[in-house]
Amino acid sequence: MSGKSPDNKDPNTTGHIWDGIEEFDNPLPRWWLWVLYLTIIWGIGYTIWMPAWPLLNGTTTAGIGGYSSRADVAADIKHFVDANAAVDSKLTAVELEEIAGDPDLSNYALNGGAAVFRTWCAQCHGKGAGGFTGYPNLIDNDWLWGGTLEDIHTTVSHGIREPADDDTRLNDMPKFGEDLEAEEIDQVVQYLLSISGQEADAGLAETGAEVYADNCESCHDEGGIGNRDLGAPNLTDAIWLFGGDAASIRTTIVHGRAGVMPAWAGRLSESQIRQVSFWVHQQGGGE
Amino acid sequence: MATPKAPKLYAAQEPIFPRRVYGFFRNLKWVIMILTLDIYYLTPWIRWDRGANMPDQAVLVDLANRRFFMFWIEIWPHEFYFVAGLLIMAGLGLFLFTSALGRVWCGYACPQTVWTDLFILVERWIEGDRNARVRLYNASWSARKARLRVTKWITWALIALATGGAWVFYFADAPTLMRDLLTGQAAFVAYATIAVLTGTTFVFGGLAREQICIYMCPWPRIQAAMMDEDTLTIGYRSWRGEPRGKHRKSDDATQMGDCIDCMACVNVCPMGIDIRDGQQMECITCGLCIDACDDVMARIGKPRGLIDYMALTDETSERAGKPKKPIWKHILRVRTMVYTVLWSLVGILLLVALFMRSEVELDVSPVRNPVFVTMSDGSIRNTYDVRIRNKQGGTHSFAISVTPSDGLTVSLQGTDSVVVDVAADATGTHKVFIIADKDSEMANAHLSEIRIWVEDTATRNRAFSDTVFNGKGK
Repeated sequence: MSGKSPDNKDPNTTGHIWDGIEEFDNPLPRWWLWVLYLTIIWGIGYTIWMPAWPLLNGTTTAGIGGYSSRADVAADIKHFVDANAAVDSKLTAVELEEIAGDPDLSNYALNGGAAVFRTWCAQCHGKGAGGFTGYPNLIDNDWLWGGTLEDIHTTVSHGIREPADDDTRLNDMPKFGEDLEAEEIDQVVQYLLSISGQEADAGLAETGAEVYADNCESCHDEGGIGNRDLGAPNLTDAIWLFGGDAASIRTTIVHGRAGVMPAWAGRLSESQIRQVSFWVHQQGGGE
Repeated sequence: MATPKAPKLYAAQEPIFPRRVYGFFRNLKWVIMILTLDIYYLTPWIRWDRGANMPDQAVLVDLANRRFFMFWIEIWPHEFYFVAGLLIMAGLGLFLFTSALGRVWCGYACPQTVWTDLFILVERWIEGDRNARVRLYNASWSARKARLRVTKWITWALIALATGGAWVFYFADAPTLMRDLLTGQAAFVAYATIAVLTGTTFVFGGLAREQICIYMCPWPRIQAAMMDEDTLTIGYRSWRGEPRGKHRKSDDATQMGDCIDCMACVNVCPMGIDIRDGQQMECITCGLCIDACDDVMARIGKPRGLIDYMALTDETSERAGKPKKPIWKHILRVRTMVYTVLWSLVGILLLVALFMRSEVELDVSPVRNPVFVTMSDGSIRNTYDVRIRNKQGGTHSFAISVTPSDGLTVSLQGTDSVVVDVAADATGTHKVFIIADKDSEMANAHLSEIRIWVEDTATRNRAFSDTVFNGKGK
């Protein structure tokens, strides 16, 4: 059997000799050859069965197996849409308050809402919903238009200052730069600093209170506590959408503010709007 | 000068018909075969009570729920280092055995060897011993040959089916899966796995046999690098055996060696080699040629051991007329002891880790987008994703708290309580809000170290995780 033993005086060699070194003849097993041929046949068959051969028009042959990764993705999506159809219709049918009490619905809404938020809302409000200057933080406990699930649902559905939606939330923070004198603005700035617990000039703040009562109180209410029916912010708390320092407050008063949020009814399904409203409501600030 | 004939590039497989053999190493192989096959086929059927809602199979790889059960041990996915550790131990164990005893794994314990041995046993029961099989192989096709071949193939196929079938029982509850398999309700992957393993068992054990070891398996090549001159292999005492011959009366018996050239060692070899050519690549050191030769030596009244386990150093010293080293001196060497120490160290580390595992574990990851939230009253809130792993066999309630607790308030998403239930053998994920009062130190600092605790309200088992609280300070 073996020609490789040092005791074997007559080993099989190929007859090749280089510098006295002989090459043993170790033929490959024939089944290796058959395996090679099988892989070639398999390879040809595979490229016929699957999309493989490039064509001149930039596509490839379709493959007689009918495989398509695009169709796979579409089938996957359809699978999940179908699987969620029942819970989607249930979520749309119940009262908003009932979602939290149903573990199936709340779990679904929380996970689905997170996905909707990342896709449609994170561009302005941030991935973690922490907001930026001018774009509200949705996870604190301060709300311009109300923080109940119902309020959030209305805001998401109809947007804010959305021209195309008749039910949109609408108000007007006027440009007081034209109506008030510069020193009146100084005074009311100091007044706002004082009621929000920041350092302020007591003398200016005192006269500022009168300016406030004449110009601002109709919306922001007595003492600056705000009015959610009008979307007028609470001016006494630690949260400022456009900045709470003297310079930012002055800019707001002089130039006015009018942020816009799109209405999502019509763009997202009612189920998706309910999911994302529920998700926002659960992030630590919901009322 | 004549041009040498071009050598053949490919060779057909030469059929091997190993003869029945009796002796110490053959008996050892029978014992090991019975042990390893019993372990393989029967292990999934051992039951082990773990309480309600837990699998009662002693050894179970539960891929769907990501759990590995082995008697009283349960491994979670994050504890996969136990499996890695066992693999390291298996590797070091093979190094140890290879450096001391050569290819002992190949010869006795490798599944390829064990199943090939079993398939050869079946072949002999059906077709007879070596001579009968050679005759049958050379005979032209007849009803008898077809009957014997078909009987053999069906028996092989049944063994292969049992082998492929046993594998899937390690991955699901064996009695349930068995019922589902028989009623056609098991998952497609179960049938596919059985089909593939049945096919490979049949081909590898029945048809390919030694070809697997010689051409496909990398382990012999790796082992060759780990053997040295003190490693035990199988050798032929050529200085005692040669010149070999039939010891006819006409020959001068005093000139002859002990080898009577009876070919017993070649006829019993499952790899089809002649060990008298010296130690060679194909040899799996199964020791069957030793049994065969010892038997012949006993009959002709010569001492045993013409073919024997020996190391390269033994050959050198015996040729020089010095005595052979005892076996234990080959095994107890610095190298094997180093392997043993390493193997034991890994084993001890794994055991220590196993007994230090806690029944309650906690992972905390602070939510960093945003790092903190200012509340309307000026207090500062941080959010944490808290994962509680309950490894106990029942639903338990865990209270979540934080230290230091001065000025900090803990609350949970979606509930008014700070106590949460975590189901048996499950992970509970919760969003935990921690609020620092407006004027507290933490609210105004940049970073503060805090420790989040969970405590089992029933058993008082506690676990903690250190993390940080982000304040508005710079």
